[in-house]
Amino acid sequence: MNEMNTTLLSAVDTNLVPVYAEIFLLIATSAILLIDMYLKAGKRNLTYALSLLAIAGCAVFSFVDFNAGTTVFTFNGMYVSDPMSNLLKLFTYAATAMTLVYSRQYIGERDMMSGNLGGEFYVLALFAMLGQMIMISGNSMLSIYLGLELMSLSTYALVALRRDHAISTEAAMKYFVLGALASGFLLYGMSMIYGATGSLDITTIGQVTTANQADPMILVFGLVFLVAGLAFKLGVVPFHMWVPDVVQGAPTAVTILLGGAPKLATFAIIIRLLVEALPSMAFDWQQMLMVVAVLSLAFGNITAIAQTNLKRMLAYSTIAQMGFVVLALVVGNIGGDTTDAAAAYSAGMYYTIIYVLTTVGTFGLIMMLARAGHEAELISDFKGLGKRSPWFAIVMTILMFSLAGVPPMVGFIAKYAVLQAVANAGMVWLAVVAVMFSLIGAFYYLRIVKTIWFDEAVDTSAISTPLDMRIIMSLNGVAIVVMGVIPGSLLAVCYTAMQATLAK
Amino acid sequence: MMQSTISTFPPYLSLAIWLPILFGVLVLAVGRDKNAGMVRMLSLVGAIVSLLPTIPLITNFDNAAHGMQFFEEAAWIERFNIFYRLGVDGLSLWFVPLTAFITIIVVLAAWEVIQERVAQYMGSFLILSGLMIGVFCALDGLLFYFFFEATLIPMFIIIGVFGGPNRVYAAFKFFLYTFFGSLLTLVAIIYLYNASGTFNILDWHLLPLTMKEQILIFCAFFMAFAVKVPMWPVHTWLPDAHVEAPTGGSVVLAAIMLKLGAYGFLRFSLPITPDASQYLAPVVIVLSLIAVIYIGLVALVQKDMKKLVAYSSIAHMGFVTLGFFMFNDLGVQGGLMQAISHGFVSGAMFLCIGVLYDRVHSREIAAYGGVVNTMPKFAAFAVLFSMANAGLPATSGFIGEFMVILGAVEFNFWTGLASGTALILGAAYSLWMVKRVIFGPVANKHVAELVDLNGREFAILSVLAIATLAMGLYPAPIADTLQVSVTDLLQHVAVSKVPQ
Repeated sequence: MNEMNTTLLSAVDTNLVPVYAEIFLLIATSAILLIDMYLKAGKRNLTYALSLLAIAGCAVFSFVDFNAGTTVFTFNGMYVSDPMSNLLKLFTYAATAMTLVYSRQYIGERDMMSGNLGGEFYVLALFAMLGQMIMISGNSMLSIYLGLELMSLSTYALVALRRDHAISTEAAMKYFVLGALASGFLLYGMSMIYGATGSLDITTIGQVTTANQADPMILVFGLVFLVAGLAFKLGVVPFHMWVPDVVQGAPTAVTILLGGAPKLATFAIIIRLLVEALPSMAFDWQQMLMVVAVLSLAFGNITAIAQTNLKRMLAYSTIAQMGFVVLALVVGNIGGDTTDAAAAYSAGMYYTIIYVLTTVGTFGLIMMLARAGHEAELISDFKGLGKRSPWFAIVMTILMFSLAGVPPMVGFIAKYAVLQAVANAGMVWLAVVAVMFSLIGAFYYLRIVKTIWFDEAVDTSAISTPLDMRIIMSLNGVAIVVMGVIPGSLLAVCYTAMQATLAK
Repeated sequence: MMQSTISTFPPYLSLAIWLPILFGVLVLAVGRDKNAGMVRMLSLVGAIVSLLPTIPLITNFDNAAHGMQFFEEAAWIERFNIFYRLGVDGLSLWFVPLTAFITIIVVLAAWEVIQERVAQYMGSFLILSGLMIGVFCALDGLLFYFFFEATLIPMFIIIGVFGGPNRVYAAFKFFLYTFFGSLLTLVAIIYLYNASGTFNILDWHLLPLTMKEQILIFCAFFMAFAVKVPMWPVHTWLPDAHVEAPTGGSVVLAAIMLKLGAYGFLRFSLPITPDASQYLAPVVIVLSLIAVIYIGLVALVQKDMKKLVAYSSIAHMGFVTLGFFMFNDLGVQGGLMQAISHGFVSGAMFLCIGVLYDRVHSREIAAYGGVVNTMPKFAAFAVLFSMANAGLPATSGFIGEFMVILGAVEFNFWTGLASGTALILGAAYSLWMVKRVIFGPVANKHVAELVDLNGREFAILSVLAIATLAMGLYPAPIADTLQVSVTDLLQHVAVSKVPQ
């Protein structure tokens, strides 16, 4: 890495191998955009198929990189391909692809692909994914910010895709204004840190701050804004206000795009900006994040109880779940000791991955029950699902118990990994606080299970879903159990990936 | 505690755990209400096949051996040094066949009663059976927790879907109460792992811990196990759950699930935190005596038969915890005998109530009277099991209670005296219920129309009656298997683990 820095200004590094996936996706998405223009309405399945193909292509590139297990910098160190980035990208592809499969029927039945709209949904989703990939691999504050904005602008447009729909438009407005504010925070924080360290490069910032060569006053000032901006993007208390409104207001297909894969990218930039760039400030940002974590667990879990709208309830539950992720981030550096840092951060990464897979499935099921003119977003819409469709009722039950953290679902293993890291840092009280709020959380997840199995069905119409969605949804549910019973390999992969990232 | 590290072949314990789970999943997968008959047969076959691997456990068990038998070990989550590690000793041995046996009873008992969602009912019970056996066999802390928590899901579904009018409330109360207790246990398990670097429960037994650590860990475990047993004052979920649960649910709850908590005390609390256990024993003993006496009195005034038996279960489990925390041979062995016997007797009591409920659809004592006139065969069984519940000599109920009372007298005269009153109270509530329900003139036209036991019901109750009498008349085979493990446990508990 040191030789990297010496070459930063002198030579132009044009190794394109680490960015093959991004380049491929950019070309593919542009091509899809063009092809879609010539497609007649009703023939958009081609756009859908091509989008999935594009994602599959990216997966091949990232998988090859991931298998190599190497850390490669490019574009003068602005961009990095390391095991963590490739792992997170692979799950980003999975989440996005699942989202596209789950939402095909849903968007077709709404005015999201008709009128003067074409396949914009797919194209915007792919551009958002490209933004996430750049965030995940960005090794400079500039490239991270570029990725963030590419993702944000695509998602702003996605939320507003149903422009004649009042609630969606309102959600888009809120999301845009608050998202812009958060970007502003982040940018301001970045500028402060640039001012203090004289560099945008994550690695260089890390070296300068560790060597105590930066003005701590300005650094802390910048750090506060950085943490606020990241907390906004992650949607944790006290920067959570946009989450419930946007999650509820956006069309469900877009909700998954917002609430699923972007969490992985946000996790990656937290690792880059806080853990890699500002390791010497760990004491400061860990304190801030600890408050954020506890507040999120408390607020998210307690408020979720009062909801009758399932999407809104899941939004609050997301706040609480992200609290758990943040919890893992506060225990990596124990009074300057970073021997267990990889364990803690990899627990957070594992938790995020599991959360995304579970959440995408949950919103997918909401879309499965939705029909033209009916959103199925109230908890009561799930009444009697156990009789209407026993198999998908079981899948939903699996997802709910996983979110609640009950074994044998994988959600338990994820919670365990985080709690293990917290207790290992000597903060047993924090672990107790976390499990007590999980208990509160269990109540509202159980209420969904109750609605599915114990209540009589109001709507007894059969559920009609395309075969591809049925297959992927079934696999989604089975995976949550299987990964819970055999969690070893993914845990180990997360750990080694995080070790490699921290060691570079 | 010596043992080989080579896994036993054939893996009886794994078979006992996974066969019922596989059959349960299979039943869920193929079962529809259209093919209910096939589902019942498949479930019965599954339950019987699942009992088979538990038989060699009894026949091949070496009474004289120390430590774990039928040991199995395989890496599970290497990242955290977690193993799939199974084994049984005298403390856990009998619960494995008991669970498998009760599952057969439950499947048979539901044969005609459950007409809707048969597959979900049977599947849940089969999966639950495997998970509970897993709890008794697990020798790895996280594996134990995995099974312990997972049992909540099928039971939640069973109570909520097939229960009575207030089932939703009862199901939630059941789940949240037990979830609360076990979450604290999870923190304690993680703490022990961080302190020892292993999840091996047997290694935890040898881990030195300061008094403060021991007390906190003891309290965390206590929350989970006391709720599960249940001990006064965290017992209130049990009457609700029992009253609302379907017959099979009540049987499994009383016969097996409560024992998960009792077993937890012996496997975790006593050996891992011996000093804290001794230090806090008076608290546990007082709570147990309150359960025995106060809950016994509460049982006396119940109008609902299921509630009465539920309270009597709490009182009987009070005996179990009382026996465990007096730290003498008689007490611990008596507690275990009582736990095993209670599995047969309480199960049978709930089945008897189920028999009446299926015919009259009322659990009120006042709705009956003079049942003996129309159902003589049933009355004979009901009287026998009530006697066993009251602890009559020659029934299994007597052995455990008598041993615990002897142990209590040895421990402290007044404790012995207080626990002795349970025999009176037990007789009072059991026999008074028998008097009001079974004897006397025919009370109303519902009772007059009652039809006596059919062949299936007769067979189920006969098997349980034989088990109850056999254990009461010749308890030696069971007592012999307990001896070595109980002695080892008490020797272990007597040595302080506080680092000097």
